[in-house]
Amino acid sequence: MSKKKHVTLKVNGKTEEFLAEPRELLIYTLRERLNITGPHIGCETSHCGACTVTINGKSVKSCTMFAVQAEGAEITTIEGIGGPDNLHPLQEAFKEHHGLQCGYCTPGMITRAAKLLEEIPNPTEAEIRFGMAGNLCRCTGYQNIVKSIQAAAAQMTAAKEAAE
Amino acid sequence: MIPAAFEYYRPKDMAEVLSILEEHGDDARVIAGGHSLIPMMKLRMADVPHLIDLQDVGGMSEIEIGADSIKIGALVTQSDIIDNAALAEVAPILREAALQIADPQVRYMGTLGGNVANGDPGNDMPGLMQCLDASFTVVGQDGERVIPARDFYEAAYVTAREDGEVLTAVTIPRPMGGYAYEKQKRKIGDYATAAAAVQIVNDGGKCVSAAIAMTNLSDTPVFSKAAGDALVGTSVDDAALKAAVAAMLGDIHPTEDNRGPVAFKNHVAGVILRRAIARAWSRA
Repeated sequence: MSKKKHVTLKVNGKTEEFLAEPRELLIYTLRERLNITGPHIGCETSHCGACTVTINGKSVKSCTMFAVQAEGAEITTIEGIGGPDNLHPLQEAFKEHHGLQCGYCTPGMITRAAKLLEEIPNPTEAEIRFGMAGNLCRCTGYQNIVKSIQAAAAQMTAAKEAAE
Repeated sequence: MIPAAFEYYRPKDMAEVLSILEEHGDDARVIAGGHSLIPMMKLRMADVPHLIDLQDVGGMSEIEIGADSIKIGALVTQSDIIDNAALAEVAPILREAALQIADPQVRYMGTLGGNVANGDPGNDMPGLMQCLDASFTVVGQDGERVIPARDFYEAAYVTAREDGEVLTAVTIPRPMGGYAYEKQKRKIGDYATAAAAVQIVNDGGKCVSAAIAMTNLSDTPVFSKAAGDALVGTSVDDAALKAAVAAMLGDIHPTEDNRGPVAFKNHVAGVILRRAIARAWSRA
């Protein structure tokens, strides 16, 4: 048994403190310790992106990071992006444009897409496909995911322009 | 998948890193982005009883562009490389290669230092660094030493870096002429079936220098001096391309795996090198 480490994280705006074994992967911290079950465990081998969260402004596969590495970090999961009563434009768009079938990949997809739209507010289809390449969907063939992200980008841009 | 238990260290300076390394020998490993090491630990292919996180050790996240050379800290990520406009101006091949590594999430975390130090024949940066004649700075208890990329790789996961040393920086002579990094992979995120790095100089329609390195076609990256030499003095016509490909095929030693049999890999290596030379020459 290795020595436990004190870890402090800020997850979706809330400070969380706990003792963890160094080998505890962040996805388990989120799901099992903090009951934040939006990020999913898909492949568990850094390929599928179902566990994607945002850590200090970067999209990260939380199955490939130890909680101790994230000490002091700010983390956003799908729960921090929007919920049933305040859907994010991406969540609305995925619903509207059938951007999901089984929905398993969707939290990771939307978390990644939110970061992508921060970096590129009006991406081309090629930019969306390239920027979403770390997230796999086995149902939709991606067409509707691309459409959803395009629709959300248009909606968010229009809302921003209206506000200015 | 849970790795075996380990002790975790997060030192604030290199002296402390080196002293932990000295105490635990090859039971200790340093970790930067962790996107090579953590998957190996989860699969229990790497056993790391003592894990030393470098993220709080300063001085390894800078990109310095000098008059003759470029120095890149070991903790610079692939996405830092992609986003650095000044770097893309002086060494565009780095950005072209980095964009072909893994996927966005992995590029945010994966570092240049980890990519070159790990010694995985599938990693893209080692071959590229051999093409560019880069050198690696490593630091140990006895101080710093500099190892040319072309002398660094001994076998898969075996490099000239000693267990007690940490790779801290990569120094690249400012590249000249046209460039291309061409990679064939089965899918996004995969390692190369074959990849080629080419840097080539055109003087009045004649090739005056060419450097070529290949990735994932042997248990180390392969700098093929013979392939580059086959282009020098030519107008990079079809005969020269054929000669360069033949010379390269003499230097690689692919093995059969889930990316295909040896004959297929040789075929793909030839196609990829042809494309890389043609694109580099068109930019020279």
